[in-house]
Amino acid sequence: MSANLSAGVSANSSMSVNANLPSGVSANDAVLDVQGMSVDIATPRGTLHAVRNVSFQVGRGETLCIVGESGCGKSITSLAIMSLLPRAAQRSAKRLAFLGEDLAQASARRINALRGNKMAMIFQEPMTALNPAYTIGNQLMEPYLHHRGGGQAEARERAVELLGKVGIASAAERLGQYPHQLSGGLRQRVMIAMALMCGPELLIADEPSTALDVTIQAQILRLLADLQKDLGIAMVLITHDLGVVARIAHRVAVMYAGEVVEEGTAERLFASPRHPYTRGLLSCIPVPGRTARGGRLGTIAGVVPSLVGDFRGCGFRDRCAHAQPVCEQTVPVRSLENHSWRCILDEVPA
Amino acid sequence: MAASVPASNGAIGSVEAAPVKSGLLRRIWRNKAVAVGGGLLLAIVFVAIFAPWLSPHDPYVQDLTNRTVPPFWDEKGSWLHPLGTDPLGRDYLSRLLYGARISLLIGISVALISGLIGTTMGMLAGYFGGKTDMLVSFMVTTRLSMPVILVALATVAIIGGSLWVVILVLGLLKWDRFAVVMRSATQQVRSLDYVAAAQAAGASTPRVLLGEVLPNVLPHLIVVATLEAASAILLEAALSFLGLGVQPPLPSWGLMISEAKSYMFFSFWLIAIPGTALALLIFSINLAGDGLRDMFAPDGRS
Repeated sequence: MSANLSAGVSANSSMSVNANLPSGVSANDAVLDVQGMSVDIATPRGTLHAVRNVSFQVGRGETLCIVGESGCGKSITSLAIMSLLPRAAQRSAKRLAFLGEDLAQASARRINALRGNKMAMIFQEPMTALNPAYTIGNQLMEPYLHHRGGGQAEARERAVELLGKVGIASAAERLGQYPHQLSGGLRQRVMIAMALMCGPELLIADEPSTALDVTIQAQILRLLADLQKDLGIAMVLITHDLGVVARIAHRVAVMYAGEVVEEGTAERLFASPRHPYTRGLLSCIPVPGRTARGGRLGTIAGVVPSLVGDFRGCGFRDRCAHAQPVCEQTVPVRSLENHSWRCILDEVPA
Repeated sequence: MAASVPASNGAIGSVEAAPVKSGLLRRIWRNKAVAVGGGLLLAIVFVAIFAPWLSPHDPYVQDLTNRTVPPFWDEKGSWLHPLGTDPLGRDYLSRLLYGARISLLIGISVALISGLIGTTMGMLAGYFGGKTDMLVSFMVTTRLSMPVILVALATVAIIGGSLWVVILVLGLLKWDRFAVVMRSATQQVRSLDYVAAAQAAGASTPRVLLGEVLPNVLPHLIVVATLEAASAILLEAALSFLGLGVQPPLPSWGLMISEAKSYMFFSFWLIAIPGTALALLIFSINLAGDGLRDMFAPDGRS
């Protein structure tokens, strides 16, 4: 993936500084190109700015991990890309392009033709993401028949092949089973197979392992990483598990309070985190050998600010040890090579 | 830890004795409510369908020399008229068998009409919410503020009673429970991930509604339909009893009860026989509906 890492700002040089989080992939090469996307949700207390001015790109064969704590807008971002937002939510974007096609302008019919075919999504909760009224086989074959046409036999063959690929034994017999006869891990494997049925270009996985127990989590994530590598698809993986990110991400976007606060290649971001929030997150994870035995892990005091109503400046300033009065103004994006962060500081003092 | 190549991830839980579909009959048999209720209901349906071959006499032919003949168990009764005759000398068993047709026809048609209206409204309200929901809820409230029997009486009194008028009036009045139940059932299903997953797989809204939501609210629909069918049959009987439902000489069970009420103290079987038949029919429908709900509920399939 590193072959086409250019300076990356050329495509969006016309944007305001604020929107301009440069990315590693040039625009024509990107499977998914999101520039300045915001999601506003109308609530009784006012407008909730769930996602604010988020930009990123994902290239072919690349895995982008979006990390952040609960409620920072990760899932809303993924739903916004898939045009699956609840009705109260309003999406706006300077550019939201999939394979060069502008999704913001596309008709509902066109989006339906893309979803499940060229772009697929895996959900967090495998227990409810499969329809209990149909067999696994029916559910696997349905999107294939819907998008690709072709015969039952062909779809069935593809389903068996993919079930094998996601590591399910005796796939042919599984086709006749109902979801309630499968364990959580198996169901998530079925979900992954279902997402891959039509050979998508983009796979969005919204915390695909959160609802599973720890050993299965590792298997599922390993499976996703392997499939991504094998099939060369672009993957957006949403998670709050930084250990996972370090292992399978090519690029990482850290979200906080609806904004991408830091973005860069995984190696760089883990080696030299620039944003105080990223640094705080990383200090929360115990590292064998480096973390002192019996010592305290890092914590980030405070809570995420409410995003209802007008919100300006850095979302992290109330919890940041390095906050200054200037943090209440709109914070510029700084970048260094393929690494960018939204902070007043060039480097967090240790 | 799993191997690194997906294909070699290998045997994750081999299939243990894939369950067979023919378990349905066994499940029905194990569920006594469905077995008894369904059996009784099937018997009544059978009788209704084959009434022309099963009845010993023409249900409309009067025989004034043989009026109010008691049933066979009475010492004055005979096997010529197993359940006796009515005050116009018509064979009571034949009228009872033909009456089953009317009752079932009304129950099924009313459940179909009102089910179609109510399910459509309820699913739309539950799925779309917002203004659609407000509109449907308003219509349901409006409908609930009108007593069915009063509206039915007024309509039938104006248009005139006949079988089809009764079916239409009841069908257009009894959708409220369908709408309420389907609305809440749809709301529940709508928030589940598989609806979003279907949308993410490119399914259009009608496809999601009919393909994903409907199969999962079907158990609720079946239960409401049976209850409503039973209640429609009772309402028809009540309307006929009041003289505004099915018109003579059609042999409706409600009408038979109505016609027999003036003979109640002299020939009690005239009112007891159709009354028992009606009670049995309602009982079997409710039992079957209840049992079906239990059958659909427990193993996580609904």
